[in-house]
Amino acid sequence: MFAYVIRRLLATIPVMGVVAIFVFSLLYITPGDPAAVIAGDIATAEDIARIHHQLGLDEPFLWRFGGWLWGVLRGDLGISIFTNLPVAQLIGQRLEPTLALTTTALVVTVIFAIPLGVIAAWKVGTWIDRGVMIFAVLGFSLPAFVLAYLLILAFSIELDWLPVQGYVSIREGFAPFIEHLILPSIALGLIYGALIARITRASMLEVLSQDYIRTAQAKGLANETVLVRHALKNAAVPIVTVIGIGIALLISGVIVTETVFAIPGIGRLTVDAILRRDYPIIQGVILLFSAAYVLVNLAVDISYTLLDPRVRY
Amino acid sequence: MAVAAADIAAPIARRSWLREAFRRHPTVIAGIVILVAMVLMAILAPYLGTVDPVAVSPVRRLRLPSSTYWFGTDAYGRDLYSRTLYGARISLEVGLGVAVLSTVIGLALGLVTGFNRIADAVIMRIMDGLMSIPPVLLAIALMALTKASVENVIIAITISEVPRVARLVRGVVLSLREQPFVEAAVAAGTGFFRTLSRHILPNTVAPVLVQATYICASAMITEAVLSFIGAGTPPQIPSWGNIMAEGRSFFQIKPYLIIFPGIFLSLTVLAVNLVGDGLRDALDPRLARRM
Repeated sequence: MFAYVIRRLLATIPVMGVVAIFVFSLLYITPGDPAAVIAGDIATAEDIARIHHQLGLDEPFLWRFGGWLWGVLRGDLGISIFTNLPVAQLIGQRLEPTLALTTTALVVTVIFAIPLGVIAAWKVGTWIDRGVMIFAVLGFSLPAFVLAYLLILAFSIELDWLPVQGYVSIREGFAPFIEHLILPSIALGLIYGALIARITRASMLEVLSQDYIRTAQAKGLANETVLVRHALKNAAVPIVTVIGIGIALLISGVIVTETVFAIPGIGRLTVDAILRRDYPIIQGVILLFSAAYVLVNLAVDISYTLLDPRVRY
Repeated sequence: MAVAAADIAAPIARRSWLREAFRRHPTVIAGIVILVAMVLMAILAPYLGTVDPVAVSPVRRLRLPSSTYWFGTDAYGRDLYSRTLYGARISLEVGLGVAVLSTVIGLALGLVTGFNRIADAVIMRIMDGLMSIPPVLLAIALMALTKASVENVIIAITISEVPRVARLVRGVVLSLREQPFVEAAVAAGTGFFRTLSRHILPNTVAPVLVQATYICASAMITEAVLSFIGAGTPPQIPSWGNIMAEGRSFFQIKPYLIIFPGIFLSLTVLAVNLVGDGLRDALDPRLARRM
């Protein structure tokens, strides 16, 4: 087990290496001087020269990459071109709202989606099942920001139940904190929930057709016991895998959700960085999100041994 | 007799086939109908009572939907109905473009990696790296550095979708190579390219086709997201994402600026997804029962 964890941890190094090379060389795949691209159309020659120097473009490519990578490994993500502040510091300031939003969305979605999938599989072919499947297809088709505006229109503008926009830190009280996160979490979590519900249903259907389920029912166990203790436990591996892979949907969604709800998180930072062509920030955000994604899926891989004793490494 | 019976039976069979199809797969038929309607709308946009979608008219700013302006007008007095109809062109173009390009490239990469170990080791490591960057983020990074244009949006989204197709095709090829019919073909002295074109490639069509529809749907959403946050199609082009981006600051007083293009985008994506589900059920009945 321990050896396996070490082996999996080591296997993430080449993956993150490719990400690092890709993120770094992004600046150079476009034709022309990257400094000129970053500076934009109305930049003066001095602006371009300043950015040229700031990016260290006077030095050879490999030397620059080495220096950059060494910095990244020590937590130095470079300096923002627009604000002249360290990127790591800018990201650190924006981390809390994004973590709060994604965690809430993740927890709420998983709590709702798994039971939905279980019930759909249990009642397969009925209107409950069809309802869950319709929810899943709609969830895949309704873009997060369109749903976000529909939610704001219904619950904030028409009904006036919840705030339209903004973020309140948990330090200023739990009620306003949650109030501001309800709509963003639903908008962000819908597609993720659709995916989890669908996989839960498929995985449960597979398990429910097994002999040991019939045995469990035949010996008179309660439905809930059969569903949770016997079926869901054996259906867990694909579900947990999708919970991990689906994090990519949350990360992608967070950028646009934060924009709609004016939440001052990393997504908002990214959008501002794009508009200002502040490339060091974009690089830092991609590295951070990719690392988070890889680590979550590493945790998922390791959790298989806990969920399914048959899995041995 | 036999000829006469066939003559009579044919039209009845055809009619009942259509009815049967609708009875058995109402969602797929609905998807096809919506999709065809959207395609026709995009092609025939100039003839559907539209005006110039980029014609500015400051005196007619932010008009509510009415008999003259069916969907109202935006902050520059441009007709939202015309803009929404023309917007279908961009979404469909991007969806189709990304689906075709990423399928072709992914298929090529998947075939190469499925057959060549060295290429497999190198290409799949790169694909693993790319796949660990969430797709929208990858597209954003690429768009942030290139000039905003529809072509660049298609290329950026394609790059973020290719690894998934490549991995899918590679998996199919690896399992096909172990199949008795492929081994038999090789043993019978069939050449490499003939084995590839007659035995391997036809069997990748079904999963790749299904994957392509889902890629098409997600590409349309990604394009809208990119445009919405200002990293997509140039702002002067009326794509649904751009229309919604411009409506953002007026949302609380004029929600229709976002609702109309939003509904069209969601409907189109829904239609493509329904067609994709139908394709999957038709091409892989084993999976159909489970999903």
